[in-house]
Amino acid sequence: MKRQMTGAKMIVQALIDQGVDTVFGYPGGAVLPIYDEVFQQNSIKHVLVRHEQGAVHAAEGYARSTGKPGVVLVTSGPGATNAVTGLTDALLDSIPLVVLTGQVPTFMIGSDAFQEADTVGITRPCTKHNWLVKETDNLGATLHEAFHVATHGRPGPVLIDIPKDVQFATGSYESPKPSTSRYQPQVKGNMEEITELVAAMETAKRPIFYTGGGVINSGPAASQLLRELVDATGFPVTSTLMGLGAYPASGDKWLGMLGMHGLYEANMAMHDCDLMINIGARFDDRITGVIDSFSPKSTKAHIDIDPSSINKVIRIDIPIVGDVGHVLEDLLKVWKSRGRKTNSEGLAKWWSKIEEWRAKDCLKFTQSGKVIKPQHALTRLEALTKDHDRYITTEVGQHQMWAAQYLGFEEPNRWMTSGGLGTMGYGFPASIGVQMAHPESLVINVAGEASWLMNMQEMGTAMQFGLPVKQFILNNERLGMVRQWQELLHGERYSQSWSEALPDFVKLAEAFGAKGIICSDPDDLDDAIMEMINYDGPVIFDCLVEKHENCFPMIPSGKAHNEMLLPGDHETQGVIDAKGSVLV
Amino acid sequence: MAALKIKKGATSHSAYNLRPNFSDVVEKHTLAVLVENEPGALARVIGLFSGRGYNIDSLTVAEVDHTGHLSRITIVTSGTPQVIEQIKAQVGRIVPVHEVHDLTVEGPSVERELAMFKVICKGEHRVEALRLADIFRVNVVDSTLESFVFEITGAPEKIDAFAELMRPLGLADVARTGVAALARGV
Ligand SMILES: Cc1ncc(C[n+]2csc(CCOP(=O)(O)OP(=O)(O)O)c2C)c(N)n1
Ligand SMILES: [Mg+2]
Repeated sequence: MKRQMTGAKMIVQALIDQGVDTVFGYPGGAVLPIYDEVFQQNSIKHVLVRHEQGAVHAAEGYARSTGKPGVVLVTSGPGATNAVTGLTDALLDSIPLVVLTGQVPTFMIGSDAFQEADTVGITRPCTKHNWLVKETDNLGATLHEAFHVATHGRPGPVLIDIPKDVQFATGSYESPKPSTSRYQPQVKGNMEEITELVAAMETAKRPIFYTGGGVINSGPAASQLLRELVDATGFPVTSTLMGLGAYPASGDKWLGMLGMHGLYEANMAMHDCDLMINIGARFDDRITGVIDSFSPKSTKAHIDIDPSSINKVIRIDIPIVGDVGHVLEDLLKVWKSRGRKTNSEGLAKWWSKIEEWRAKDCLKFTQSGKVIKPQHALTRLEALTKDHDRYITTEVGQHQMWAAQYLGFEEPNRWMTSGGLGTMGYGFPASIGVQMAHPESLVINVAGEASWLMNMQEMGTAMQFGLPVKQFILNNERLGMVRQWQELLHGERYSQSWSEALPDFVKLAEAFGAKGIICSDPDDLDDAIMEMINYDGPVIFDCLVEKHENCFPMIPSGKAHNEMLLPGDHETQGVIDAKGSVLV
Repeated sequence: MAALKIKKGATSHSAYNLRPNFSDVVEKHTLAVLVENEPGALARVIGLFSGRGYNIDSLTVAEVDHTGHLSRITIVTSGTPQVIEQIKAQVGRIVPVHEVHDLTVEGPSVERELAMFKVICKGEHRVEALRLADIFRVNVVDSTLESFVFEITGAPEKIDAFAELMRPLGLADVARTGVAALARGV
């Protein structure tokens, strides 16, 4: 049934009809009519952030922790441009977002009007799709299509730019119908190719599952199927940064994360395997290292909903285009119907090889003396929080990699981090979005002091909305990851990688009305963490850690998986050669 | 590897030919892209090429279905087989793109381009220009006592050849449409 209403009302109505309960946003001249409608309803909570970048990251945290699209509402011009980093972040990590931007009225577009920016032009390369709506009559259908596009196929951020006159004008609105959209990406995999993969699995001597964020994006059923598949076949499984939690860290087939700062056993197994089964990952350069020597002896299968991911960087022998959940379901069916065969002799040898690599204990460290090692801080955080209903976000840097290494994830959607773009300033607002979606849960942002300062204004948001997010800052007073690269690559010339003039984080917390905790003594650490957990409100935890600790294992840039640096490799200078040094 | 007995090479039954042979030889391909004629559609395609560093040798676009609002973009591009496959996949995932055809591999196709040449010449050169135009079956669409505008339709190579012949005779200006292409047969 068609109903007449203003564009502004239509927007709120469409959000309600799409099941949206939370919007992250910031008002301004070009969205005032929409904010007036927000004011007059109670179905949707609006979270007022302190910077539009924060709104987008918060929406990402909301989306990743719920599996639902995150929604953002910002004004034209600077509101829209402030959202660009978040959009790019969401695009690279395939996070479904619907971002609504105000625009100057249609008759002023192109006149360099106040707060006019070519928002669809600016955001075309950093959205999955975007629209400028010029007629109120088209607004409702475009909003519904936006939700469809954001959440179907490979998920991603979409943006709708809505001129102010379109918000004021009246047009006809229809509730969403079962999708009539032309955009219907293939979800079922090709059965012949699935069967081909099963045949390869039956004979493989050294197989490995290499899983990624696609498993999580595909929904909880996909993670469940992955677990079934891994446990039934007995194949080892590793994951990218984005895929942590799809297979439980406590599972005995779990090799840990792979990649540049991945575990020794995971990277060695990737290098030496004879059958690599990529499930929803994309052969990112953090994973492959130098392409020429990437897993030279393996047959490679790749399951991905996005055909452009297949053969983009690595040559694939068995390509399967489809949604991870659908493909795994069929894969299991075919494998079972053919008699659940694996090469048990080969597998046994493979596992004994893997056990040798595991015995290296590549994450080993010794906490001694009076300075807290960052690895120790995370080990204690893990021990004291792992039994909680817990969600972790991170910023970007060494602390992020340590968090990935030392925290264990048993479930999908519990780990939000900026993988593809590596956006410092992501974690704090993301933790706000997660806490909005899960008010009763323990939400911790593992942060570096430098990253955290990039969006620290969101303390105001946390306080205003009573969000008890815990900011666990591993404070090394350094842009630690930059410093580490300067140590490896630039002769320890620490150019601009010191965090100078840091605030007193306890006083900063108090200035916002939150709790501040500082801890520098390993002996006080457990009590301090408990105090953080037990405090009912936002906490800034300033954990002073070893300043020049390096993050290992590390595949130096330009090197292969079997050329990792391990803790105790003190000869770190000059490990990156001229060819590797141009890589980032 | 041998134990796995996995056949390599293209599968025709797949929706996507994702098993290209990865050679380093740069090939020229003509792609036909059917896209919804919505604002920004062309910018999306062109932005993809520039953003990802692909080549555009030629590009033409026009609405070909006015009721369905579909435009046809014909792109001549070059790259290694892997890059060409990647281009097709990337263009194919642009939301308003309906179809991507690689006319170079999908069977025989015809390619035509229209060009106009302004040649400024007198005397002997004038006679020679007209004589060559006749051989190439080129139309004269404008003439003054000192100039011609020739209109030529054909494969890009034919147009190149005509341009080379006109250059010494007083070629002053060129306008080319870029390639339009269709598959032969049904
Ligand atoms: C917005 C942004 N700017 C710059 C960088 C480059 N960068 C990567 S890690 C890093 C240092 C981060 O320092 P901190 O947050 O203290 O974390 P640490 O590495 O010390 O744990 C920098 C500057 C980035 N990733 N993002
Ligand atoms: Mg730091």
